[in-house]
Amino acid sequence: MSIQQSNVAEKKIATREGFGHEIVELGKKNKDIYVVDIDIGKSCKTTEFAKQLPNQHINVGIAEQNAAGLAAGLATTGKIPFISTYAVFGSLRMLEQIRQEVCYPHLNVKIACSHGGLTPANDGGSHQAIEDMGVLRTIPNMTVIMAADYASTRKLVAKAAEHYGPVYLRFTRDTVPVIYGEDEEFEIGKAKKLKDGKDIAIIANGDTVHLALKASQLLENEGVSVKLLDFHTIKPLDREAVMDCLSTGRIITVEDHNILNGLGSAVSEVVAEEGGAVVRRIGVQDRFGESAPYEKLMEMNGITIENIVATAHSLLKGTR
Amino acid sequence: MHEVSIMYQTTIEELKQKAIQLRQTAITMIHEAQSGHPGGSLSAADIITALYFKEMNLDPANPKWEDRDRFVLSKGHVCPIQYAALLHRGYVPFEKVHTLRQYGSPFQGHPDMKKCPGIDISTGSLGQGLSCAVGMAIAGKRDGKAYRVFAMLGDGECQEGQIWEAAQTANKYQLDNLIVFVDDNNLQIDGTCDEIMPNLDLELKFKAFGFDTRRIDGHDMQQIVDTLDEIRGIQHGKPICIVCNTVKGRGVSFMEDVCNWHGVAPKEAEYLQALEEIAGGLK
Repeated sequence: MSIQQSNVAEKKIATREGFGHEIVELGKKNKDIYVVDIDIGKSCKTTEFAKQLPNQHINVGIAEQNAAGLAAGLATTGKIPFISTYAVFGSLRMLEQIRQEVCYPHLNVKIACSHGGLTPANDGGSHQAIEDMGVLRTIPNMTVIMAADYASTRKLVAKAAEHYGPVYLRFTRDTVPVIYGEDEEFEIGKAKKLKDGKDIAIIANGDTVHLALKASQLLENEGVSVKLLDFHTIKPLDREAVMDCLSTGRIITVEDHNILNGLGSAVSEVVAEEGGAVVRRIGVQDRFGESAPYEKLMEMNGITIENIVATAHSLLKGTR
Repeated sequence: MHEVSIMYQTTIEELKQKAIQLRQTAITMIHEAQSGHPGGSLSAADIITALYFKEMNLDPANPKWEDRDRFVLSKGHVCPIQYAALLHRGYVPFEKVHTLRQYGSPFQGHPDMKKCPGIDISTGSLGQGLSCAVGMAIAGKRDGKAYRVFAMLGDGECQEGQIWEAAQTANKYQLDNLIVFVDDNNLQIDGTCDEIMPNLDLELKFKAFGFDTRRIDGHDMQQIVDTLDEIRGIQHGKPICIVCNTVKGRGVSFMEDVCNWHGVAPKEAEYLQALEEIAGGLK
């Protein structure tokens, strides 16, 4: 494990950049990899792919539903299409098409979405994707991934291309701190343990992992032993990793997603079935966002280092 | 290029006889299941027959043959007529004819590519098939393949906006390897298309979207075959749309042009009468 220490001024980069860079490399190596753009290639970082690999690039214009069906058709011929758009459209606007034409026939289509969670902050509530991972994880055959930083995004995009079947990948518009070294390896469905501890477990994904990392450092400074996990894959959920947290008796989940049906819900399902821990879910509080700076939106919903620490304190004060 | 011609070479008379068999098989399946969609199956029967028994380059022994012509039944609810074609072409053992809509059957209520050999894409939710066909056709072009993609749409289905998203994409990518049939029977579940949501002139609409279009009688086997002969080998950079004037329930007097036969299975007496009338051939 080579976590980049953040004592020096931290390096930040949006994970959509990771997708943009990795997909070009993958496309050069494998001529079956296609990108299906929906007019927002510039925002979604696919313009370089379009430029370098025009024969593997399709732009359908502003027509998400068509993109999903078209990608399914491509996949039946052996192509590996990556549909690229914003998370809110890539999940909800084309949801039924994803269900019917991608997941139901179990086709090898990837839905690679920028602007996940609250990160399209200034665009307002219409553009913030707070339900996407939850909705998509309830569709059979679908894999759902949100990587925490640039390096893990690149690795998981590559893994998604190798994995046969539908995958939903969610990236950030805003920059997020670099957490992992370039040599770190990732596996779909296998959570990454960043710290091992016995008093409390913190489970985070995507753009909240760095918050959880800092909160855990603060807690450790107080003498609290923290187990910290990056659940980059919320489906299939790493049940073993959740069960590994049960011994602490206290679990905090942190996500840039509605607390309903996202990471916190997925973890809670396992805890409810296995027993042995109290779960507190930090995330979007089942309400729409509005135009505001990203940090302000995270603060509004308590998705902050301070709230993770405060939640840990309240759990530690309990009888467990 | 790898070219294997395994086209059925059949006369118009033989095709007409085959259409009778397919209609009877489809009605039998729906009758046995006591569930399914007879009206649209019968309106699509002659086009399906011409495609599966003359036009399409297929290998039933190798349903996934990569150079095969593709068929997308966007109006997936009329799959009994496609299942009949697959049965008669030997994709599926004929005893499976009795399993429509049963658990574990290749013949699901709507086409399932994972369960039924010869189904190129799962369909059932209207408006989505043309996009899939466009994806297949783009791949064929990019890969330098000679295969063609045939899609069948319902006229009611053309009320879905996604059809037109797909149509504009077919134009952009100059998909002259895409042939779209519209089964224009002017009936949908709640009534006539004219009442529920007027389609206006579908041929004109597809023309406006850059298609090379034709309008034919979808029950005139000679005309269907002539049209397919005419468009075979065309390389003009335009997708092709053949709007077919059809009659829902065609071939069974009490079903013809009757809205209620959209999704109702015939009872025993109705079934026997239907078989008999179909045996007489189209008038």
